[in-house]
Amino acid sequence: MAVNDHALEGVQPQPVAGHLPKSRSPWAQAWRRFRRSRSGMVGLAMVGFLVVMSLLAPIIAPYDPSTDRNLRARLNPPSWEHPMGTDELGRDILNRVWHGTGISLRVGLLAVSIGLVIGSFLGLLAGYLGRWVDTMIGWLTDILLAFPSVLLAIFIVAAMGPGIFNTIIAVGVVQIPIYTRLTRSMVLSLREQEWVLATQALGAGHLRTLFRHILPNGLTPVIVQATLSLGTAILDAAALGFLGLGAQPPAPEWGLMIARGFAYFAVAPWISLFPGLAIIFAVVAFNLLGDGLRDALDPRANR
Amino acid sequence: MSAFILRRLIGLIPVLLGMSLLVFTLVRLIPGDPAILMLGERATPAAIERLQAQLNLDKPLFLNLAAFQHSGRVGDLVDSQFFAFLGSILRGDLGQSIFTRVDVATELAARFPATFELAVGGILVALLIGVPAGVVAAMRKNSLADVVVTSASLFGVAMPIFWLGMLLIYIFAVHLGWLPPSGRLSPGVSVPRITGFLILDSLLQGQWAAAWDAIRHLILPALALGTIPTATVARMTRGAMLEVLGQDYVRTARAKGLSTLRVTWRHALKNAMLPIITVVGLSFGSLLTGAILTETIFNWPGMGKWIYDAIGARDYPIVQGGTLFIAAIYVVINTLVDVSYAFFDPRIRYG
Repeated sequence: MAVNDHALEGVQPQPVAGHLPKSRSPWAQAWRRFRRSRSGMVGLAMVGFLVVMSLLAPIIAPYDPSTDRNLRARLNPPSWEHPMGTDELGRDILNRVWHGTGISLRVGLLAVSIGLVIGSFLGLLAGYLGRWVDTMIGWLTDILLAFPSVLLAIFIVAAMGPGIFNTIIAVGVVQIPIYTRLTRSMVLSLREQEWVLATQALGAGHLRTLFRHILPNGLTPVIVQATLSLGTAILDAAALGFLGLGAQPPAPEWGLMIARGFAYFAVAPWISLFPGLAIIFAVVAFNLLGDGLRDALDPRANR
Repeated sequence: MSAFILRRLIGLIPVLLGMSLLVFTLVRLIPGDPAILMLGERATPAAIERLQAQLNLDKPLFLNLAAFQHSGRVGDLVDSQFFAFLGSILRGDLGQSIFTRVDVATELAARFPATFELAVGGILVALLIGVPAGVVAAMRKNSLADVVVTSASLFGVAMPIFWLGMLLIYIFAVHLGWLPPSGRLSPGVSVPRITGFLILDSLLQGQWAAAWDAIRHLILPALALGTIPTATVARMTRGAMLEVLGQDYVRTARAKGLSTLRVTWRHALKNAMLPIITVVGLSFGSLLTGAILTETIFNWPGMGKWIYDAIGARDYPIVQGGTLFIAAIYVVINTLVDVSYAFFDPRIRYG
């Protein structure tokens, strides 16, 4: 009854959470649900492994990935000394794959950040302002989505010149429309809800409504999408590296390593084999983590 | 219905316009002057200027403000490189290659069947492997078969296509010697062109050996290209089947004594088809246009490889025309898939 009185009088607004018995914070609840998701936990462990490995690479990895060559140990098959074998210049593959982890993670993270920040911003504008802004941004999104992603990325890198920095931009631009669409539909569904009207009735301005109220509430699908996009971004960046448009030799980038090993595939398949397995490991890791996050953060999807 | 289709097609016009603007701009950002590329570094400045004028390169990029201010006519405002490009596209002229002088539209038309054949191969792989795998996984949920299918599709979408292609070449062409590693036909084998679809052409002319040769060449690239759609189709089929299998009419069909086989394949799968068709349709668009990596690895003479090589050689007209062509196919196919929902699902009505 006390609750109803408050609601009727509307004098003393109380935090909603205060009424729930023994409530946990939303994050603690999400974590509880996440822990129940087996794929999420496996993904988290795999991503954690990748992050730790990439941080440790410059500290404890035994060789420098590009300068430590041994021409007497060229194209050696996997052995105790070189668990993944050596490449055409006698460099240790394990060591190069290990150092490549950091490159791929950084490229993926930066590219997804570009797509997420620009894409979500455009989506917020389109969904909240509507009218001609929505039409214009929708048009841009349709155009970007009309290009097959790899072709668009190749095209952008060709225009700006090959290299790891331009790869990040190209892969990021390709991701923009995904976030624009996602954020726009999120804003459209939230904008009509009563509590948004209430915040505006209480005098919140557009920016406050948008960034303090709508954005945090619609963040869940964006977080899930960002995790899944990390896998796609790593794959796209590796494809550019493979085509010679991304990282340049002697960088230990996985896609580039696969391309360099192509010429020796018949005699030394391990040169290309292990970087490929590393890519698969990383992409699977982020996909599993994304699935787990979806289960944890979106209670409706959790049946 | 037809009004709906018409509206969707009209809605494509601004997108196609925007695409040409984007392609045009990106191509102009690629460093290097086409006139110098065509004539070589040692050409006289006069010759370069003459060629630039011939290629419209002396005009402003988007709007000819100078001419407009001078004359005040709108016709002069659009006397620019972009509008010249737009005009020639509308006439079906995508320009000529800088180096070989071959007509871009003609060459694209000649290469389209190769890419199309490859995409069909990829989709067949996806349907023949993905659908049965998804059905089996759904019927025996949480069994070993389900775990295998689910994890295989997890790895399928994570696999770099170029890496998988190399692995296939190594195992089946180099190591086992079962299948050819690259190209569309063995050297010495040729099929007179009717449609450009090699398998179809050789079958039409009764050249069974050539048809078999073409099929053998198609298998590995189709497997590589089909991996991602196979994984998606299997996942989609599993999900759709699980949903359908839990419904009342499936229980009724079982209750009235129909065999499990009949219930699954006739009753359930038929109703689970809509999401599968959607995935297949959308995949077909991306296979047709996203085969660049596969075509490069398997040396497949399709559109994607041609455009990729042209980017390396800075052959702008090919890059420009080819990319635009591919993107246009992509949007048209996606629109058709969208429209086709109405045919497959009578519950969907478009106003």
